[in-house]
Amino acid sequence: MALASSVATSPRVGVWSHPWVRFGVRRLGRLLVSLWVLVTASFLMIHLIPGDPVRAALGPTAPAALVAAKREEMGLDDPLLAQYWHYLQSLFTGDLGTSITLQLPVSQVIAQRLPATLALAFLAFAVAVAIAVPLGVTMGVRTRRGHGRRTELAFTGTSVVLGIIPDFLLGVLLVYVFAVTLGWLPVAGNDSPSAYVLPVLALAVGPAAILARIIRVEMVTVLQADFVRTARAKRLPARTVHLGHALPNALTASLTLGGLILTSMVAGTVLVENVFAWPGLGSMIVSSILNKDYQVVQAIVLVYGVGVLLVNTLVDVALALLDPRSMIRED
Amino acid sequence: MKRWMSVLRTPVGLTATVLSIGVLVLAVVAPLLWTDNADAIDTDDILAGPSAQHWAGTDNLGRDIFYRTLVATRLSVELALAATVIAVVVGLLIGTAPYLLGRRPGRVVLAGTNIAVAFPGILLALFFAVIFGVGAKGAVLAIGFAGAPTFGRLTQTLVAGISSRDFVAAAHVAGVPRLRILFRHVLPNVSEPLVVNATIGAGAALLSFAGLSFLGLGVQQPAYDWGRLLFDGIGSIYVNPAAALAPGIAVLVAGLAFNLFGESVAKGLGVGVVGGIPALPPSPEALEADAPAAEQAHGSGTDLVLDVRDLEVAFPGPTGPIRPVRGVSFSVRRGEALGIVGESGSGKSLTALAVSRLVEAPGRVDAARLDLLGSDLRVEETKAQRRLLGTSLAMVFQDPMTSFNPTRRMGGQLAEGARHHQGLDRASALARAVDRMRAVRISEPERRAHQYPHEFSGGMRQRAMIGMGLMGSPALIVADEPTTALDVTVQQQVLDLLAAIRAAEDVALVLISHDVTVVGEVCDRVLVMYAGKIVEDLPAADLAATARHPYTRALVAAVPDMDTDLDAPLAVIPGRPVDPADVPAGCAFAARCPLATARCHAEEPPLEADGTGRRVACWHAGEPIDLEVDGSLLGRDEREEVEAR
Ligand code: SF4
Repeated sequence: MALASSVATSPRVGVWSHPWVRFGVRRLGRLLVSLWVLVTASFLMIHLIPGDPVRAALGPTAPAALVAAKREEMGLDDPLLAQYWHYLQSLFTGDLGTSITLQLPVSQVIAQRLPATLALAFLAFAVAVAIAVPLGVTMGVRTRRGHGRRTELAFTGTSVVLGIIPDFLLGVLLVYVFAVTLGWLPVAGNDSPSAYVLPVLALAVGPAAILARIIRVEMVTVLQADFVRTARAKRLPARTVHLGHALPNALTASLTLGGLILTSMVAGTVLVENVFAWPGLGSMIVSSILNKDYQVVQAIVLVYGVGVLLVNTLVDVALALLDPRSMIRED
Repeated sequence: MKRWMSVLRTPVGLTATVLSIGVLVLAVVAPLLWTDNADAIDTDDILAGPSAQHWAGTDNLGRDIFYRTLVATRLSVELALAATVIAVVVGLLIGTAPYLLGRRPGRVVLAGTNIAVAFPGILLALFFAVIFGVGAKGAVLAIGFAGAPTFGRLTQTLVAGISSRDFVAAAHVAGVPRLRILFRHVLPNVSEPLVVNATIGAGAALLSFAGLSFLGLGVQQPAYDWGRLLFDGIGSIYVNPAAALAPGIAVLVAGLAFNLFGESVAKGLGVGVVGGIPALPPSPEALEADAPAAEQAHGSGTDLVLDVRDLEVAFPGPTGPIRPVRGVSFSVRRGEALGIVGESGSGKSLTALAVSRLVEAPGRVDAARLDLLGSDLRVEETKAQRRLLGTSLAMVFQDPMTSFNPTRRMGGQLAEGARHHQGLDRASALARAVDRMRAVRISEPERRAHQYPHEFSGGMRQRAMIGMGLMGSPALIVADEPTTALDVTVQQQVLDLLAAIRAAEDVALVLISHDVTVVGEVCDRVLVMYAGKIVEDLPAADLAATARHPYTRALVAAVPDMDTDLDAPLAVIPGRPVDPADVPAGCAFAARCPLATARCHAEEPPLEADGTGRRVACWHAGEPIDLEVDGSLLGRDEREEVEAR
């Protein structure tokens, strides 16, 4: 279709002129640059720590010979550039080093911990979107063009407050109400499905509130758009006008801001996992920082960073799918 | 400073201000007053729940949690402020780097900032916490640096905005050094939004700090801030929940107070907030027509397509309803082309929307009669009526750029209505859409149907809009300023197309325009509207020669023709259109009319038929006007006004 047409009109430029190809190339380029910055930062992190990271990890009483041997093993005495090169090489082979405190390959530690964090993040993500989209759309329709002033005030007030409450505080409050006082749900771990409820809520409620507020504002804007009037002039039922015409446009506008909120959920797992003793990367990174197990910290920072970059990229792709103009706007 | 006080006028702003001040006062006085109470160890009374003596219970050394929470205010606030200062200072350095270092290095800094802001603050804070080490000092640096990219980007945006202004450019030309310009001219002008965002940032820093301390990475014992108390309290949440709740609530209240204070100030000053949500101005327009009800058999014997009697449109205003359309009556026959002309605000577009049932609440439409093909449009919309409107009435809007949904393919948008009202399946609806696109002379319609609106040119989009109206079997096309938004070169094409369709399909056309020439060219009959009423109704052919209302004549005279001296300023109708919220008594045009007399100011002229099918509303219809040489119509009006007094 469109591919065939651009090839037909500009045969020499070929597939490169196709908007999707150009978008893909550009977006991939940005992803790679960000990845490179991330990897370099995580490499530099260990070298920016004042003092000797190995000595710090093994403690002041460890024999000097052991420290030297460990330094030797980690290649810390090589020239910086050589270390960097070595670091990049090992990343490609999936070698993330060895945990000093656990005496395990870091990749193995990550593999153990990652699923719990992913499960938490995905569920919270899904719950946040499942709450925010219908709520934002309904509120947008009900408060369009200055209708429902009271509803709007109540909704905006509630969502502002819910949006500011940090996830870990909400977690504490939820624990107090549902685990301590009511005794309905477990307070820690991830052994049963019911154990997911509180952490997921703690993580999802704030972003859901902010996202719903953004979607409402965008819905109200979009419902005033000329093309919504056109849709009404076609005498489509209100549901089709709202969900078929207004919503996709409201979502594209919301996604740009919403993407930031969704990435913040990735990082939010760190705190929430620590509230609920969730056996994921978030509780791991904190104990590793306290134990000065820097290889593990470095790897987990990398994993989180990659997670954020992936979410960002997915948001852009979703944006391009919903609104093809966004591909061109980036040019 | 005075403008900052406006914050106090909203309830939220007032509450936030009071709370913020309270937190700051507490930060100063609490350690002075209660340090002893907070540090008193009572090993006989450890991990106790709330009691009259210890409002929030005690910790594992029997120390009073309530007093500890109060005393912790100082450290919590201090650390948050310190982190904010670091974030702002580093942010300023980052943000002004592109300005100070020049284009190339500036772009590198900018690119770095853009990558950094993509990462959530807590992740950056963890990263820096590793580098700067566990503890209060490390956490301050970590949170400060984590907040810096956001401030950097804000500063950079603000500086870029200011440095393109004239006075900065003038300073450059005068050879003032860049650093000096930055401090003397640029930064003072961006300080307000920076301070506001820093206030909000302080709230966020407070919350982040609580987070880091809660993870055990921030403040270490024996020092304690709220986050540390929370960290200690959560371990014993089953024994004494208050030990976790008290510092938790303190963090929340303080964080909310700073944040909302900043937001309120921002709103009061009209300053943008990082990641904030733009406020929406309420629009006076509306949705969903909610007129009264009952279906009628349509297709009466006459060939009247549209019959309108005493149409009124009203909107609620601050001092009672505003009536932009005040009693309009007309009818359109099969195949007839009716033009409605008038200045903006004359009510012509609202008339079009009202007859198409597109006026939205809180707008109200009233009429003694409003029939489309014999079906009463005043009643509640039924499915059958929606089908009638969806297939028999075609709308063409002013701006084809914004009138199509940007996220959907053209073919689908055309086909949609047909699928809905005519029960066509996807393929046949699309086939008809392609056929209709061909009918409106869009080349390669099969390919075009798969494209998005932004891939169409303006004229092509407007033709597609007309094609969309032809998906059904329209008896009436309502075109509201169909050529105004278009390039001059394609305006004629669109008008020709409308005329051709009308001729070929015997469709009635209502053409709304501010341009008498356009209307005169396409239409059989013309309604001239002024201040929500029809002031003249005449055959289009008579416009130039025998229009009788002074307003119509002024509109015609304002059109440049062959004799017009192109160097002379374009003739315009002097005076301003009537504000629908404030329609004067008497003839609404009197203030601008060269023929106006005392009677015109006192009595409103009725719209009267003259027996030849023409209608006019003027006490002095057809009387000669002594045109000034420069085309101005004023003169006699002023004389008359003097006489009238
Ligand atoms: S009624 Fe009087 S003021 Fe109104 S248009 Fe006629 S002459 Fe002018």
